[in-house]
Amino acid sequence: MTALLEARGLEIRFGGVVAAHNVDIEIQEGRNLAIIGPNGAGKTTFLNICTGYLKPSAGEVFFAGERVTNKSPREITRRGVARAFQIPQLFGEHTALENLLIAAAARQSRWAPFTRLGQIPERAEMLHLLEVVNCASVAQRPVDELPEGQRKLIDIALALALKPKLLFMDEPTSGVASSEKFGVLDIIAKALAEAKVTAVFVEHDMGIVERFADEVAVWNRGEVLHRGTPEDVLSHPEVVREVIGEEI
Amino acid sequence: MKIASLGYRLTAPLLLLAVALLPLFLPWSKVILTLALAKGLAVLGIVVLLHAGQVSFGHALFFAVAAYSAAFLGQALAGGELVSMIVIGVLASLAVGLLVGLFVVRYRYIFFGMLNLAFSMILFSVLEKFYYVTGGSDGLQVARPLVLGLEMERAGFETLLFYGGLLLALAVAWAVHRFLESPLGHMMKTIKTNETRLEYLGVSARGVLLAGYLVSAGLCGLGGVLMAVAQGIVTPEYAWWIRSGELVFIAILGGAGSVAGAFVGALVYEVVRTYASAFAGDVWQMILGFFLLGIILYAPRGLVGLYAKVMKPAETEAVPPAAPKRQALEPAE
Repeated sequence: MTALLEARGLEIRFGGVVAAHNVDIEIQEGRNLAIIGPNGAGKTTFLNICTGYLKPSAGEVFFAGERVTNKSPREITRRGVARAFQIPQLFGEHTALENLLIAAAARQSRWAPFTRLGQIPERAEMLHLLEVVNCASVAQRPVDELPEGQRKLIDIALALALKPKLLFMDEPTSGVASSEKFGVLDIIAKALAEAKVTAVFVEHDMGIVERFADEVAVWNRGEVLHRGTPEDVLSHPEVVREVIGEEI
Repeated sequence: MKIASLGYRLTAPLLLLAVALLPLFLPWSKVILTLALAKGLAVLGIVVLLHAGQVSFGHALFFAVAAYSAAFLGQALAGGELVSMIVIGVLASLAVGLLVGLFVVRYRYIFFGMLNLAFSMILFSVLEKFYYVTGGSDGLQVARPLVLGLEMERAGFETLLFYGGLLLALAVAWAVHRFLESPLGHMMKTIKTNETRLEYLGVSARGVLLAGYLVSAGLCGLGGVLMAVAQGIVTPEYAWWIRSGELVFIAILGGAGSVAGAFVGALVYEVVRTYASAFAGDVWQMILGFFLLGIILYAPRGLVGLYAKVMKPAETEAVPPAAPKRQALEPAE
C-alpha cells in the first residue's frame, strides 16, 4: 500500500539548531496523525517542509507516490495537500463566506473576469461548509472582527474548501479557551470526517491527542523519537520523561 | 434619511447627465471633458493596482506607449482610422505591460512603485533622444483620423470624440467594476491582505498581479490614445514621471480604489488645473498640493468617499484604507 505522504531522510538546520535530522515517516490514508514534542523539536518545521514553505538540505518528500520535495506551496496545494495555520491565515477584509468562495474559485480555477464572486456555483457548498464548522451565523462578517476560535475554524474550513486529500493543522486549538478546546476539536473532527480528509496535526494537549489521533509521532531535537497508537506512545517512559513531563 | 438616500442614488446619473449636456451649452468644455475622460480611464488602471495594495509611479509608460503607437499609425497611414488607433494603442500597451509586468510583479510596495518609475523614465529618455523616430522633445503630430472611414470637421470630430469617449468610459467603468467583483478581482485584493494564504490556496499571487497589471496597462493605454487624438500631438511628457504622479494624485483625489472616483477625480483635477493655471500662473501646482493634503488628512476616501460620508453618514465610517499587513505563520517565540 502506497503511503499518502512519505518523508525520507529529511535534514534541515537553522544555524546550530537541528530542526530535522534523518526524519523518515509515512502517513497512511485515513489515519489521523498527531505530532507532539517540546517547543523547538521541529514539528512545525516538518509541516513547513511538507507544504513547500521550507526546502530541506537533504531528503525527499513524496505525496501519493509523486516527489514533491522543493516544490512551491502552490504546486503542493494543487496536488491535494492543504494547510491550516497556528495563526489563522485569512483574508481580513473579506467576510467569512467570501474567504471560502475565494478558496472555491481557486480550486475550480474560476478566472472568468465578469462573474461575481458571490454568484459562483460553489456558493451553496461553501455555506454548508460554514455550517459544518459552526460559523454560518458569521458568514457575512469580516473575519478580522471575529474571535480567535471562529477564525481558527474558518482557517480550517478554508483549507477544506480546497477538497484536499491531506490536511496539515498546526496547533488547531491554540488560542482557544481550555473549556472550548474539545468542542472546537469535535467540530473539526466532524468536518474532517465529512470531507474524508486525512489529517496531520501538531498538538500540545495530550487529552486532545488521546481523543482525536489514530497515531502519534513524537518529535524531539529534530528526530522522530517514537511512533504508535496514542495508548502506547503516551505511556512510553521515555516519552513521558522527555516530552510530556513526569507530573502529567 | 430617505431623501438623503434618494439624493445619493441619483447623484451619479445626474452628474453623468450634467457632464453629457454641458458641451451643448458650453462647446469649449468638450476638450477639457474629453481630456478628463482620457485621464479617468488611465486612473482606472491605477485604481485596479491599488486594490492589490500596489502603487505604480510609472504608469505613464503605458499612456505614452499607446499614444505614440497611435501617432506612428497615423503617420504611416496618412491619418489613420480612429478605431484602429485605439486597438493598436491598447495592444501595444498590453504587449509592453506583459514585458514589464513579468519583471515587476516579483516585487511589492516601494520596490514595485520605483521599478515602474524606472521603466517609464527609460521610455522618456528613448522618446527624447531618438529624434528622427520620435520627434524628440517636439513630439509627433497626430493628424485627425478618419472615423469608420469618414473624414470629419474639427468641431464634429471633437463632439464625436467626447460622446464616444463618454460611452467608452461608461462601458469600461462597468467592466472594471465587474472585474473587481469577480473571483480574480477579489484575489487581487488578497495580495494586499494575505498573499501567503493565496499561495496556499494553490494560486500564483504573481500570476494574479500580472493579470491585474495587464488590465491596468490596457486602461492606461486606452486613456493615452484618447488623449493623443484629443490633443493632436504626443510628446515625451506623456511618459514623464510627473504624468505618472498625476495619475496617482487623481486616484487619491477621487477616492483610492473607487471606480467612480477615478472619473470624478479626473474631472475635478482637469477643471481645477485648467482654471488654476489660467488664473494662478505658476502656483497652481501648489494649490493642487494643498488640496491633496486636505484630502489625505480629512477625507482619506477621496471626493467620492467624502460625498458618501456626507450623504450616508450611518453607512460609511471614516476608515482610512487598510495598511498592508504581513501575517506571521507562527507566533514569535
